[in-house]
Amino acid sequence: MGSILSGAEAASLVRALPGVDAVGLEARAAGLSTRSVKTTSKAHAIDLAISMIDLTTLEGADTPGKVRSLAAKAIRPDGDAPATAAVCVYPSMVAAAKEALAGSGVKVASVATGFPAGQVPLDVRLADTEAAVRAGADEIDMVINRGAFLAGDLERVFHEIKAVKAAAGDARLKVILETGELATYDAVRRASWLAMYAGADFIKTSTGKVGVNATLPVTLLMMQAVRDYRALTGVQVGVKPAGGIRNTKDAIKYLVTVNETLGDDWLSNEWFRFGASSLLNDLLMQRQKLKTGRYSGPDYVTVD
Amino acid sequence: MFEYAPAPESVRPPIKEHYGLFIGGEFTDAEDGAVFKSVNPSTEEALFTVAEAGEADVAKAVAAARQAQETVWGPMSGAERGKYLFRIARLLQERAREFAVAESMDNGKPIKETRDFDVPTAAQHFFYHAGWADKLAYAGLGADPRPLGVVGQVIPWNFPLLMLAWKIAPALACGNTVVLKPAETTPLTALMFAELCQEADLPPGVVNILPGAGAAGAAVVNSAVDKVAFTGSTAVGRAIAKAVAGSRKKVTLELGGKAANIVFDDAPIDQAVEGVVNGIFFNQGHVCCAGSRLLVQESVADDVLARLKARVETLRVGDPLDKNTDIGAINSAEQLARIRALAETGAGEGADVWQPACDLPERGFWFRPTVFTGVQQSMRIAQEEIFGPVLSVLTFRTPDEAIAKANNTPYGLSAGVWTEKGSKILWAAERLRAGVVWANTFNQFDAASPFGGLKESGYGREGGRQGLEAYLDV
Repeated sequence: MGSILSGAEAASLVRALPGVDAVGLEARAAGLSTRSVKTTSKAHAIDLAISMIDLTTLEGADTPGKVRSLAAKAIRPDGDAPATAAVCVYPSMVAAAKEALAGSGVKVASVATGFPAGQVPLDVRLADTEAAVRAGADEIDMVINRGAFLAGDLERVFHEIKAVKAAAGDARLKVILETGELATYDAVRRASWLAMYAGADFIKTSTGKVGVNATLPVTLLMMQAVRDYRALTGVQVGVKPAGGIRNTKDAIKYLVTVNETLGDDWLSNEWFRFGASSLLNDLLMQRQKLKTGRYSGPDYVTVD
Repeated sequence: MFEYAPAPESVRPPIKEHYGLFIGGEFTDAEDGAVFKSVNPSTEEALFTVAEAGEADVAKAVAAARQAQETVWGPMSGAERGKYLFRIARLLQERAREFAVAESMDNGKPIKETRDFDVPTAAQHFFYHAGWADKLAYAGLGADPRPLGVVGQVIPWNFPLLMLAWKIAPALACGNTVVLKPAETTPLTALMFAELCQEADLPPGVVNILPGAGAAGAAVVNSAVDKVAFTGSTAVGRAIAKAVAGSRKKVTLELGGKAANIVFDDAPIDQAVEGVVNGIFFNQGHVCCAGSRLLVQESVADDVLARLKARVETLRVGDPLDKNTDIGAINSAEQLARIRALAETGAGEGADVWQPACDLPERGFWFRPTVFTGVQQSMRIAQEEIFGPVLSVLTFRTPDEAIAKANNTPYGLSAGVWTEKGSKILWAAERLRAGVVWANTFNQFDAASPFGGLKESGYGREGGRQGLEAYLDV
């Protein structure tokens, strides 16, 4: 949905947001991390987490063959395990992914807008987006202009997101804030709201290409933002932590945080995603362990 | 809904069927043979029986403590005393899980808190004071400060092991010996601590533990001790102050509170809500420094209350030994009755009551987390200490009004200030009449930080360099 705000209005609303107390935010995230999720609830959490994965490959060396391998894994990860939510690739690999996933229900997500830095002219970023959509992307993962954001030009960031949203058409738009580069929680909160005011369908933490990727406190903060945004506007926005979530224990901490911050309404892959690659195999190993009572090893899940 | 399956703590501490009094390094029954039962408040089942100390037992314990102080502990070098305290601290860490489970069973508080707060903080107090034992000359309390002698200590049921540590660690570090009476409803971890003292080879008589009720406490206060240290209600504290008045006994008191948690309109709202929840629902609100009055600026009151209620809805009330339980059982039937009675006056005096829709176990002592809105200064729930999971919400218009309302209480133990503006924190802290003022946090404790009250919340400090003064002849 398009934004009804002007850039100046959005920028001024965002600047007026209350501050974030870093110590308190991190303490709350640490508290949520102590939840003990066992037996049946663990089995439920593992399958839910698998179904929320955007199985990702974003390498210069990606080939159609690699993408097909990933797509097959996404559709049928292991036995009766659920399919993942999407496969996330570069625009040039969208066509291959679309073909491999045809009819499976697994979505094709494409990074775009000069991912990961976004340091190319806006018309190039828009053309990048349009090409990905033309090739069949169901979802677009864009990066925001961190340079403009850090320089204080919030209006420009707002207008660029709006333009990408228009270019993405019917594809759902995930807006990557690259929280590791925004550095402060106050900035993450402002960027979250700016993206939502500009029409983001999802707000996403990271590209996975910088030193600091998704953390639980940052993701909690973004969850609070989507919760408050819906309370204010009635519009629900999804959240996608990406990068650095590698094992089941971490994934469950995120699900617990969704559960206790956002509740049922966000507990599906329509509204919450994990951007990850190695997480899936750890979830599958834990799943096998729950089923058989024995720990399996990396040779009992596929390398894709 | 993502429901969490039960996650019960599996460790079971070796709880004996019967415990004696710990006098002169040995467990012994009471002279008059009196015993009482300790009950698990989450099931109402008896956990064990324990000897009840009478006046004769107190006299025996004080004599043992006197002898130990004069012949062994007092003459011992600070470095040697420190070694014992370090040993106790390490043993507490080694047995942390056993102590945590035992505390949860005897007190009703959630295992999450005993595991992550009570026991680690108790060990920290021993480590911290072990370090002071050979450095007392540098505490700024004179060149060669002397111990007071034998100290009588009476502690409450809300943090049984932690209050024991707050009392025993500094007393021992300073060269005193102790006679300690744990609360009637929660003697278990004190008795396990006595066993730990045996294991640490602590010289007999240095620590004496005398379970009992109010009469045993009075006997300790009136015995031949050199100092009385008490944590508990203001009414009992007042009686103790009267009892020791005119004697040479020194006394420190840590009493009740009715702390204000002030949320200004420029506060980090989500974190303030967390702090308010932690302030009043930590340990079922059985905390003398609990933030039992929320003073919220009228301009943000609706927003804060909506978020607060949504957050309280997520609190998990139930089995204290489940690792996911946030709020455990009320410590005793008596305390539950007191909370109920005061909460009823709130509704009766016109405040609006709100409670989350959570199921409570059928057996045991339980009280739902409760938020009273529309509370006025004149109501009893705004003035009296409830000592339970009951929050009274009041509003204010200006910073001056917030300070005036916060200080408008006979108590002065703690206060909280929530604002993103540093200058406002300093401005408020200067004006709040409370022993502890927390800024953008609440219920934080550290062995290095002195804790204590103003006004009817008592006198003397515990913890930090300042806390040593309570156990030295300066």
